[in-house]
Amino acid sequence: MSKSAFSYSSIAKKIVMSLAGLFLTSFLVVHLIINLLILFDDSRELFNQAAHFMATNALIQVFQYVLFFGFILHIILGLILQIQNWVARPIRYEKKGFSELSYFSKFMIHTGAIIFIFLIIHFVNFFIKAKFGHIEPITYASGTYEDLGLLIVKLFEDGGYVIFYVISILLLGFHLDHGFQSAFQSLGLNHSRYTPFIKAFGTIFSIALTLGFITIPLVIYFS
Amino acid sequence: MDLTLKIWRQPDASQKGRFVDYQVQNISADASFLEMLDILNERLVIEGEDPVAFDHDCREGICGACSLYINGRPHGPDKGITTCQMHMRRFKDGETIVIEPWRARPFPVIKDLMVDRTAFDEIIRAGGYVSINTGGVPDANAIPIPKRDADTAMDAASCIGCGACVAACKNASAMLFVSAKVSQFAVLPQGKVEARERVQNMVAKMDELGFGNCTNTYACEAECPKEISVSHIARMNREFLSSKVVSEKTK
Ligand code: HEM
Ligand code: FES
Repeated sequence: MSKSAFSYSSIAKKIVMSLAGLFLTSFLVVHLIINLLILFDDSRELFNQAAHFMATNALIQVFQYVLFFGFILHIILGLILQIQNWVARPIRYEKKGFSELSYFSKFMIHTGAIIFIFLIIHFVNFFIKAKFGHIEPITYASGTYEDLGLLIVKLFEDGGYVIFYVISILLLGFHLDHGFQSAFQSLGLNHSRYTPFIKAFGTIFSIALTLGFITIPLVIYFS
Repeated sequence: MDLTLKIWRQPDASQKGRFVDYQVQNISADASFLEMLDILNERLVIEGEDPVAFDHDCREGICGACSLYINGRPHGPDKGITTCQMHMRRFKDGETIVIEPWRARPFPVIKDLMVDRTAFDEIIRAGGYVSINTGGVPDANAIPIPKRDADTAMDAASCIGCGACVAACKNASAMLFVSAKVSQFAVLPQGKVEARERVQNMVAKMDELGFGNCTNTYACEAECPKEISVSHIARMNREFLSSKVVSEKTK
């Protein structure tokens, strides 16, 4: 029996989507930690060292494909989900309701779409350049690495780019604020004792992640 | 009180509908919302006009027949009650009240504010029952059931199938309804026998009928007149996942 992606059950789609979403979230944590290293020393040595490790470690290389696959899966399922949900209500209400208890749930496709645009620009700016372009090497006492840090510093000196970056990250934070607890609910993990903790943790985590990412361009731009 | 009502009028599912404004005067603040509509309809009948069709039956908040999407909320502005239990004191004199039918593809309009909720019956028919085909009536306490489980099942069973969850959900998802109907059996020994087939068949039917996908907005719980918890949705997700993982291939 052949099955198109549209014909998978609603719950199956949400389960896969939540696993992909949680995986992407774990990737964000690693990404943030490495990014923060750039603020550590003016010579960018620690950051370039870490970037070098990420670009050469075999396990990380494998995970790069897993990550890519995770994004594709999450985005495609998200789109299918949203299209079906629009179709499920052919005539909209005259007076819109706002009864959602998880506020940002209303805007997942919108925040998701901006994150997607950000991802493409991000991909062109960093990933493609780092992987296929030529980046000036820099030599430290510990060795010679490509100076990826300089690329970032240069980009964040552009005020327009900083604004775009900050807004995108804010929307990512909104996406995660709903997404984090939503993923647990989708997986059936709802418990009178732990769910309030998961919700609170998700919100604090989203705020911390957002602040972490936003700090970097702001510090570079204003120094 | 004097009010302006903006009511959705539609002769039947095949014809286009539109909003019509009505003025009602001297409505008592102690009248129920449906009584207010009765007063409007009496006048419309006397004037030789077509009265506004809306669903209602018990007017006691227990049958689930009444509906109405009032000012952006199913069953109006109060929490935990049906439209028939709401009174006009919840509105201000001179207010404009927008009244719409439940909006969802599986709930076609029959007439005006009345929608066809047969889709819910079809979901029940797909597995929302326990088949007991043999034997006499067992003793009520023959099977010991922990109080907590009995309470959970009872909470789920308080669903009156009104469809407010679908109406409130931005995705027109029926997950709260279906999960309540799955949960009321899932936690009881009598329901465990058919638990796997039940959850799979009911979810498949729900999807087939064209209800939306749940994105955990929890608007359903906020608007449910019986305040059924979304923890039932999580239970159904669990039941569904484990039934898919452990069940044998169907022959
Ligand atoms: C780093 C990027 C992203 C992360 C960490 C992330 C994370 C999440 C998480 C954890 C969920 C909840 C999953 C669930 O409950 O099943 C979610 C839902 C969703 N995401 Fe993303 N996401 C990201 C990017 C995107 C993109 C690029 C799009 C779309 C174009 C998108 C669209 C959606 C949609 C439509 C939902 C469904 C809303 C819901 O089910 O609650 N996401 N995301
Ligand atoms: S008429 Fe029966 S619940 Fe309102």
